[in-house]
Amino acid sequence: MAIRKLLVANRGEIAVRIIRAAKSLGIATVQVHSEADTEMLAVRLADEAICIGPAAAAKSYLSIPAIMKAAQDTGADAVHPGYGFLSENPRFARAVADAGLIFVGPDAATIERMGDKVAARIAAEAAGVPVVPGSKGRVEDEATAMEAALTVGFPVLIKAAAGGGGKGIRIAHDADELARLAPQARAEAEAAFGDGGLYIEKVIVNPRHIEVQVLGDGKNAVHCYERECSLQRRRQKVWEEAGAFGLSDATRASLCDSAVALAKAVGYSGAGTVEYLYDDASGDYYFIEMNTRIQVEHPVTEMVTGIDLVAEMLKIAGGAPLSLRQDQIAVTGHAIEVRINAEDPLRQFMPFPGKLTSLQVPQGEGIRFDHFLYEGYQIPPFYDSLLGKLIVHAPTRAAAIDKMAEALSTLELGGLKTTIPLHRALAASPDLRAGQVHTLWLEPWLAAGNLTAPA
Amino acid sequence: MPDILSPLPGTFYHAPDPKAEAFKKPGDAVAAEDTIGLVEVMKTFIEVKAEVEGTFDGYVAGNAEPVQAGDTLAKVR
Repeated sequence: MAIRKLLVANRGEIAVRIIRAAKSLGIATVQVHSEADTEMLAVRLADEAICIGPAAAAKSYLSIPAIMKAAQDTGADAVHPGYGFLSENPRFARAVADAGLIFVGPDAATIERMGDKVAARIAAEAAGVPVVPGSKGRVEDEATAMEAALTVGFPVLIKAAAGGGGKGIRIAHDADELARLAPQARAEAEAAFGDGGLYIEKVIVNPRHIEVQVLGDGKNAVHCYERECSLQRRRQKVWEEAGAFGLSDATRASLCDSAVALAKAVGYSGAGTVEYLYDDASGDYYFIEMNTRIQVEHPVTEMVTGIDLVAEMLKIAGGAPLSLRQDQIAVTGHAIEVRINAEDPLRQFMPFPGKLTSLQVPQGEGIRFDHFLYEGYQIPPFYDSLLGKLIVHAPTRAAAIDKMAEALSTLELGGLKTTIPLHRALAASPDLRAGQVHTLWLEPWLAAGNLTAPA
Repeated sequence: MPDILSPLPGTFYHAPDPKAEAFKKPGDAVAAEDTIGLVEVMKTFIEVKAEVEGTFDGYVAGNAEPVQAGDTLAKVR
């Protein structure tokens, strides 16, 4: 049953993106909003808007009862959760389904399974997807810990089997260090958790973050190739590319195929992303987790494949089979996205929820700006700082970096402090251009003053 | 005595976390560098310093309530 009326259970730029995809398919839209978001662009663009509570997200965008009531009151037959908020909350997916509505995403059981780190790792291993090598479950004594470490290779992480939140984690670079640290880790785990069991895991030195976009209809699954998201600050992605640089054709093929194998193994329905750590030194990749929703950085995949991922999500949720076979999905050129946040990169990324006084957006072939801005808009301080995403597409990676630099030189958000200066500096970075970056590259680069140094 | 004003718009909190006691209660001594509350702005928590000395005279802005930049958060006498 195709969707007739879609409730958008999110805000900001992704709400705008979902409304545009719905309109392209002739689907009516209902935009929910908090009391602080009455003036947001998605409210203006949607066919209907409904207030679901006060500014605090816990009482509005995170309130399952408030959103379910809005869906019922407006007669929506489907709910798109976007990203963040309730998008990976199995109770929400279940509440939507129990009300007889369509949840645009996988079912609650799949969200639950892939959201559980241990269950997701087991599912990945069962599907033949490489996971970070480690001990076979918990190790009870130092001799077994040493055996596991020698098998996976140093350096290794020593973790408390019962642990969480980084408690008790140590790195051993060689056998001597392991022999010294394992008893300490055991004692600390015993004291903290009443359980001295340990777990040994291989350390991937300076890993890159590469992820594969998948689409599934519950029976079949395809991939839309990979994205490179290694530029991160405080575990938040900053600059994303499609595809990943410097992969051999064989590595790219096996990486993407492994994501499809996992999606098929769990009967995946909707758009999802399988995330990996990539070891540049060896060319090996390891499953980290699967995100069961649309991602912020999906536009780079759309630019290189020509696929409208959000529209595909809506069609699949409406009961349609996958519209594309794998052999119909190809990559053309290279795409880059940068996240424009309301933060001052010259003042430790202090949030800057100001009023947009003027907006100048670069135009042209292969340039896209996904955002929720208009002149005179007051950015509310209650939600995250993402204002928009500037995306460029060019024949090669080098041309895409040039094009990004050019586009950034004309993008202007008057009245606000934003991360535009960060991206201008990144676009000029020789390391980034050479692909000599990894997930631990950006923060030291910032600390070294690369942003504040005179050009 | 000057009031303590919010440096930024956001959500004001009287305590470091929901289970903890408020930073100050009426009658407490206040030093200039004391933290009297937090303003959450775009998922970042900013400490609000008293910047004046005296005796805490109570919160004006409610706990977990929205505030604008320049709103009075608390009074010191």
